[in-house]
Amino acid sequence: MKYFQKGTHKKSKTKMEDVKLMKGNEALAEAAIRAGADAYFGYPITPQSEVIEYLMQERPEDRTGMIVLQAESEIAAINMVYGAAGAGKKAMTSSSSPGISLKQEGISYLAGSELPCLIVNVVRAGPGLGTIQPGQSDYFQATKGGGHGDYRLIVLAPSTVQEMADFVDLSFELAFKYRNPAMILSDGAIGQMMEKVYLPEQKKRLTNEEIIEKYGSWATTGKTKNRERNIITSLALKPEVMEKHNIHLQEKYKRITENEVRYEELQCEDADYILVAYGSSARICQKTVQLGREKGIKIGIIRPITLWPYPSGIIAAYADKVKGFLSVEMNAGQMVEDVRLAVNGKTPVEHFGKMGGIIPTPAEVLEALEEKLILNK
Amino acid sequence: MTEEIIIAGFGGQGVLSMGKILAYSGIMQDQEVSWMPSYGPEMRGGTANVAVILSDERISSPILNEYDTAIILNQQSMDKFESKVKPGGLLLYDPNGIIRHPKRKDINIATIEGAKEASLLKNKRTFNMIVMGAYLKLHPLVKMENVHRGLEKSLPKRHHHLIPLNEDAIQVGMQKVKKVNTL
Repeated sequence: MKYFQKGTHKKSKTKMEDVKLMKGNEALAEAAIRAGADAYFGYPITPQSEVIEYLMQERPEDRTGMIVLQAESEIAAINMVYGAAGAGKKAMTSSSSPGISLKQEGISYLAGSELPCLIVNVVRAGPGLGTIQPGQSDYFQATKGGGHGDYRLIVLAPSTVQEMADFVDLSFELAFKYRNPAMILSDGAIGQMMEKVYLPEQKKRLTNEEIIEKYGSWATTGKTKNRERNIITSLALKPEVMEKHNIHLQEKYKRITENEVRYEELQCEDADYILVAYGSSARICQKTVQLGREKGIKIGIIRPITLWPYPSGIIAAYADKVKGFLSVEMNAGQMVEDVRLAVNGKTPVEHFGKMGGIIPTPAEVLEALEEKLILNK
Repeated sequence: MTEEIIIAGFGGQGVLSMGKILAYSGIMQDQEVSWMPSYGPEMRGGTANVAVILSDERISSPILNEYDTAIILNQQSMDKFESKVKPGGLLLYDPNGIIRHPKRKDINIATIEGAKEASLLKNKRTFNMIVMGAYLKLHPLVKMENVHRGLEKSLPKRHHHLIPLNEDAIQVGMQKVKKVNTL
């Protein structure tokens, strides 16, 4: 087993008292308090309502001073994030698919204005209101835009409750490092299930002075005599100015692509076939690997942890060695496009997925692999 | 060791909390655990189920289509899950309200009169712990001391005075479980 991650999955030496059994949504909410977040703005929707429920119950205002506010709508919530982030605060929001669609205008503005923040999408199957059951049908929306304009979000996909907790701080760190919105793309299964979780230690909330010292003085923390005023905007009417801004953004995205790819590789060394899956699908695929290997089919898994930047390099590296890839997603085939781009025609790439909130079983994945890649060869 | 369990019944029977107490007991003996509830339309229709996994290793899929043990507490769940017990596995059920009893011959089957015993204890809410006791008698996965610690962790402090009652209920379940079919 190889981990290419920073800051997660460390075998913790935490005492038994610090081990908790929590839902993914609750672990994420607690981790937000502990990450030293300044503000959460949200609006309830299944299957992520536990985030705001937990925060309201836990009263972080008393613990750390963190603000928790139920906005009048998803649109209001994302714009409150815009305001808080503009002031250099660690701000976040969470929702599920239909609510995330409502937030897209704000997300595009956040990206355009280069504001660090965290957006959590606990995905349910769509389109439209869809169902409250888990889905992964928002992959395109999260990784290819969603809102208008040439922009990217840093997208992390947790596949355990532990990662729901760990990725909160990681997202904020990356968001502030690059002044870019980060998204945690989870799903109803990871949000609703309980697992053992080691909670991170409480981080201090930063003062304005500490924000400036750590991240520079771009935020609207109050103009001082020795500098120009800071302006937070995504508007530049002159095309020359806008082009310069676009080029600057693209250069930043290139740096993120070079430095922040994260993935997990499981049993790929001797594999004939590789499953590519993230989030809860990756969990199901781990069982498929077991079942396959019991039958003598050598299967491995590449689990993208960052969905953007995408771990194309490792997939390309295996393209010459394996007989095929199967992209397993709870959608009609979205991430499979990125797998195909990485493989670039060197070996077959197929997709297997379930839609409408149906979670594929490990046996169905194995059956699909046999049918699409072994028998149909 | 990995044990994959489905607990299924009506909402209000304590299905989800039984799963939670089992999972916490597993954590107390340093096992990996997962607890995956139904939260969808089926739950809103009155039935509730939870898949619990206790394992010495990293847990792969928390979502399963067959189980080592099914703990069945109503007819709908019997209809749904009898076929999903692995051959050689265990089906434990409360016969109260069951009109179509399990027919499989390739699994272990046992019953616990949980509802009846709970009314004898004069506390209907001990039902789920009676059933859990029956299960732990057949599959002693977790030590009683860890169940105790699991109860402490999963119950809010204001309910800690109920722990002895819950432990008594577990003992009742252990004594009253009946094997119907043993392989």
